[in-house]
Amino acid sequence: MGIGIRTENLRKVYETPPPMAARGAGFSFIPQRSGPKKKFELVALESVSFEIRAGEIFGLLGPNGAGKSTTIGILTTRTEPTSGRAFIGEYDVWREQVKAKRLIGVVPQRPNLDFSLTAREILTFHGAYFGQSARERERRADELLEKFKLTDRATHMVRTFSGGMMQRMVIARAMMHDPEVLFLDEPSAGLDPQTRLLLWEIIRDYNRQGKTIVLTTHYMDEADALCDRLAIIDHGRIISEGTPAELKASIPGGYLLRLRFDRADEVLLDELRKLSGVNEVRPVEGDGADLYADRGGQLIGPIVNATQAAGSELRDVRISEPSLETLFLHHTGRSLRD
Amino acid sequence: MNWKTFYALLARDGRVARRNLLPMLLQNLLQPLLFTFVFGRVMTASGMMPEAYKSMLLPGVMAISMMLAGVQAVAMPLITEFQFTREIEDRLLAPIEISWLAVEKITAGMIQATFAGLIVIPAAWLLMGSGVNLDFGHPLEFLVVALLVALFSATGGLALGCSVGQTQIGLMFSLVLAPMMMFGCAYYPWKALESFPILHIAVLINPLVYASEGLRGALVPQVPHMNTLVVIAALAFIDVALLYVGLKKFRQKAVS
Repeated sequence: MGIGIRTENLRKVYETPPPMAARGAGFSFIPQRSGPKKKFELVALESVSFEIRAGEIFGLLGPNGAGKSTTIGILTTRTEPTSGRAFIGEYDVWREQVKAKRLIGVVPQRPNLDFSLTAREILTFHGAYFGQSARERERRADELLEKFKLTDRATHMVRTFSGGMMQRMVIARAMMHDPEVLFLDEPSAGLDPQTRLLLWEIIRDYNRQGKTIVLTTHYMDEADALCDRLAIIDHGRIISEGTPAELKASIPGGYLLRLRFDRADEVLLDELRKLSGVNEVRPVEGDGADLYADRGGQLIGPIVNATQAAGSELRDVRISEPSLETLFLHHTGRSLRD
Repeated sequence: MNWKTFYALLARDGRVARRNLLPMLLQNLLQPLLFTFVFGRVMTASGMMPEAYKSMLLPGVMAISMMLAGVQAVAMPLITEFQFTREIEDRLLAPIEISWLAVEKITAGMIQATFAGLIVIPAAWLLMGSGVNLDFGHPLEFLVVALLVALFSATGGLALGCSVGQTQIGLMFSLVLAPMMMFGCAYYPWKALESFPILHIAVLINPLVYASEGLRGALVPQVPHMNTLVVIAALAFIDVALLYVGLKKFRQKAVS
């Protein structure tokens, strides 16, 4: 069957500092003075609406503090929206919490394992919370421990586990009750490249069973490789939505050339705009320019000539092929890692 | 209400409690039992305390042990689990309303408090030697009071556990629990405070006073004690108030 997800005008304003997972650098602070005491107020989400189809891998892409974790928090009953509604399948997440919780599995940004239990117990108790019979949960736990290569550590307390093992444990736990929708908040943060590929394979595999996957990431390549559809989120707003191919095609020209000069004035920028194949030129602080064009390296010669004609000197060139990174830059004016 | 999930949550707490049984017993019972030995045995044997003190002391020690056990069983794990590791998250995502998780914690705390209280009776009896005169003639009264005391300790643990941060655990003991124990009429009857009129009234905000006096009334009615109906009414009121505060704070902690 498959379960879809929908949000309507989600807005979230934190009045106390948000939990760790949602804390980031890019929140917009609105300090307000009400009386003598300063009121804490932090707008994490500003009217976020999107729809995730049943059975697709959907990615929320954005820099730290963009509102990704808050969105996941609302969809998984862990963060109460200030206004707006969210649905998992037909259930309103905040009105029919228990029914929504039955459908979802959550992999948090940082491992939140139950440190008082062994690896095996974490899985079997999780199964028990979801009403699985003793036999069923033993079987599932064995399968998952095997799949995630944790069988030999099954009876150990998880507090002795390494970071990578804990990460595998939280994913195994989220799959224990075979949820229709799997949420993964920054699943590959801190994983080595090999484990990351293994994780991608597991996610694709789970998706093939008709499950809906929602993941957040700030890695462009991950979003590109894994997701059927994406929403790019920044400062609590969705700035673009579509398949990776659609999104990439939406960048004017597709190629991005980041140029730096000894000095960049309007004369120079105008010269650059006149070059054939150039769709858009944007000045960048510090005597630079972002040039969107339909070709890459072939433009270097004309650019050098144009620069000389304008009496400037070219200092640095970086060429980016059409990618989500250039898309993000185009929409926000900053790099994902800024 | 989803009983399967509730029972699984309780089973998880039971598993963890059994794993930590010995340290838990030492933590909750050693101090009250040492006190029992020194004051109930050493001081009475040397004639510095009258023999009758033994019977007066036992219900008080039981009340303290129950309070410590309940508060520890609920508050300490909650303080840890709500820290940045968010160990409780998995249970908050279990298919049950989150307030029921708090109720489950209270149930687990009540079971542990009752268990601690029941251990204290024979242990204190053994420690103090002869001369303890317990009266089991009012089982119903004893049962009601003991349940209300267990509920008070567990709901108190919930309210404390959701208000105190990890760095304030030491303060919680020295600022909240220690004064409660000293002014909880556990080591002396409430009547003994009559010569301190202000204190006599002021201690009435301390739930442990009703716990000690109530158990005294149920177990050693020959010793002066508060009217049992007053005790039951006061404890019931305190339990409801702590439950309300605890559930509210739990929700605030659980949902951001």
